[in-house]
Amino acid sequence: MPAATVSVGIDPVPDLSIDALEKSYGTVRALRGMTFDVRAGEIFGFVGANGAGKSTTMRIVLGVLASDAGEVRWDGHPIDAPVRHRIGYMPEERGLYPRMKVGEQLVYLARLHGLDPAAARRAMEHWTDVLGIAERRGDEVLKLSLGNQQRVQLAAALVHSPDLLVLDEPFSGLDPLAVDVMSGVLREQAARGVPVMFSSHQLELVERLCDRVGIVRAGQAVAVGTIEELRRTERPRWVVEGPADGWAAAVPGVRVVEQDGTRTVVEVDGVPDGDQALLRAALAAGPVHAFGPDRPSLVDLYRDVVATDDVGQAHDSRPEEAHA
Amino acid sequence: MSTTTTGPSGSVPLSSGRAIRLVAGREVRTRLQSKAFVWTTVAFVAVIVLGGVVLNLVTSSGTQAKAVGVLSDVAAVAPALEASATAVGQQVETRTFDDRAAGEAAVRDGEVVALVAAVSPSLEVVVKQTPDQQLAPAFGALAQQLALTSAVEQLGGDPAQVAQQVATAVPTTTSLEPAPETDAAQVVAGIVAGILLFVSIMTAGQLVAQGVVEEKSSRVVELLLATVRPWQLMAGKVLGIGLIGLLQVVLIVAAGAGTAFGLGLVETSSLDLGATALWSLVWFVVGFATYAVVLAGLAALVSRQEDVGAVVAPVTTVMIVPYVVGISIAPYAPDNPLVAWLSYVPFCAPMVMPIRIALGAVEPWQALLSVGLSVALIPLLVWFAGRVYSRGVLRSGGRMKLSEALRGA
Repeated sequence: MPAATVSVGIDPVPDLSIDALEKSYGTVRALRGMTFDVRAGEIFGFVGANGAGKSTTMRIVLGVLASDAGEVRWDGHPIDAPVRHRIGYMPEERGLYPRMKVGEQLVYLARLHGLDPAAARRAMEHWTDVLGIAERRGDEVLKLSLGNQQRVQLAAALVHSPDLLVLDEPFSGLDPLAVDVMSGVLREQAARGVPVMFSSHQLELVERLCDRVGIVRAGQAVAVGTIEELRRTERPRWVVEGPADGWAAAVPGVRVVEQDGTRTVVEVDGVPDGDQALLRAALAAGPVHAFGPDRPSLVDLYRDVVATDDVGQAHDSRPEEAHA
Repeated sequence: MSTTTTGPSGSVPLSSGRAIRLVAGREVRTRLQSKAFVWTTVAFVAVIVLGGVVLNLVTSSGTQAKAVGVLSDVAAVAPALEASATAVGQQVETRTFDDRAAGEAAVRDGEVVALVAAVSPSLEVVVKQTPDQQLAPAFGALAQQLALTSAVEQLGGDPAQVAQQVATAVPTTTSLEPAPETDAAQVVAGIVAGILLFVSIMTAGQLVAQGVVEEKSSRVVELLLATVRPWQLMAGKVLGIGLIGLLQVVLIVAAGAGTAFGLGLVETSSLDLGATALWSLVWFVVGFATYAVVLAGLAALVSRQEDVGAVVAPVTTVMIVPYVVGISIAPYAPDNPLVAWLSYVPFCAPMVMPIRIALGAVEPWQALLSVGLSVALIPLLVWFAGRVYSRGVLRSGGRMKLSEALRGA
């Protein structure tokens, strides 16, 4: 289990290291020192606005694109062609030969990854079975529904039993059942020890599925860690259900963030036992029905991080952040 | 690739050779499974074979014997008439009529093209409207021969002996600029070779361009380039389509040569069928390599099938010029200076040189020199195409400028 990721900082042997990648398209700087790790057996969610640099990063990992500077390492060594052959990839823009039969296509792709004909055929049969498209093997890809084409695309990423999965928005356009199939496959692959990295705009899904998350903005990973780590802050927030307004502002080190009837959200500055002082103040003001830390969802965290205007400021309290 | 990583399923990284073979193999399989490919090949072969058969019928009917009537009292002239007809390349079959009325009736009905009615004092030939153009020289020669015979007899000589001497008298000609001797079979072979090479190089080149754009427009190229390098993908595609194109040309050339040989179309010709056929194959390979790599590079500049035409057009224009010159001049004047020049210029030679070879107008060393020049240019073209292709193949959206692709990323 990826419980080891609780220790923030530098992992001695990270499985995939993205280190200070730089990439410009003409005058547009797509990546500005993109840095993060993906570790063995974890599902890593990669979130950020369109154009933030997610696809560019993935394409550089695959070697489809060259970076201007920086390095991608696999087990500490610069990634090379033999390692890249062991990556399973799903590009953002889906692509298969429209007029090639599903089975033939998967066998061909498996062989391009170095499998011999017999192994390639077995792998094709296995994955078309698992993904429920076995009866479509003899059909041309363009005759399949969009959902089934997505399954073929996933099979194409898995057909060579990859050592690393890089999936660019694998959930986009999937129906709820297909989302479950996809999630199951990603969990299985991670359980095999394969680092799984995927990008998505479906933040609830990322929160549910991922061991660690990287939030990117303007070509940088501005926050990387487990959801728990991302929530950790020097100014923790507390939610109090109880007395109506007026009671909290007087407590030392407390700033009221939100006041809505009996619900009060406050930020407690680094005062020792600040939460206890807060609770006492609340009880003194009236009956307290609920008291607890505010646990922002990934959506909240994402808004918080991405809404920041100035790169390199304001999110410096986040753990394991990229250098700004 | 010095390091070898062995994955859980026993896969090994691909060597360049294997990558190219896999890509080429897919191209070959795809074409062989395509009904369009199979049927065009069958149609092409059928056209060639049928063409040979038709040609055979036309040429043999052209030399069919013509019936000429001869009145019975001058029937002795028949052998002389047949001989003079043969001398002008015509065959004559004589039919004897007992009286003039019956003979003239036969002329009117078209049973015979002419009737020889009298030989003295001069040759009298009865025709329906105008004398048969092909036979007119034969009758002229016969009239002269008859006049000569009676003159010799009057002078007391032996007409047979004189006739013998006249027949064997031939001029000694000294040719200052001997033109290569060409015959109909060579001209036909030259034209067929020119058309075949143009069509097959053009078709295969277009397939390469369309294949490149198909991979770009369907986005599958992104997936492919995660496993193979751009140059391997391009090389495999060109090689695969080239092989399938060569197979098609081999079938067509074999069908054509087989038909010509089987029907005896070239028995009387100085056409070197074997050499012409083999050189056609060589020139397909050279011409295809020249055009296909350029087309592969240029096609990588666009992302949609609709735009293929725009980038391919300049190249096809370049192809059409030597083709038109080749097909319209070379078969009749294989040593025309323009034709001779173009037959050495790369890009033009594949469409022009095979015609000259079919006509027997070049020495082997000249053919080899021309191939050598074209082949020498190919590495440069490969470099150019590889550069443009690598830069262009992952660019999506609009059309990329060639200068942009050449300049750098």
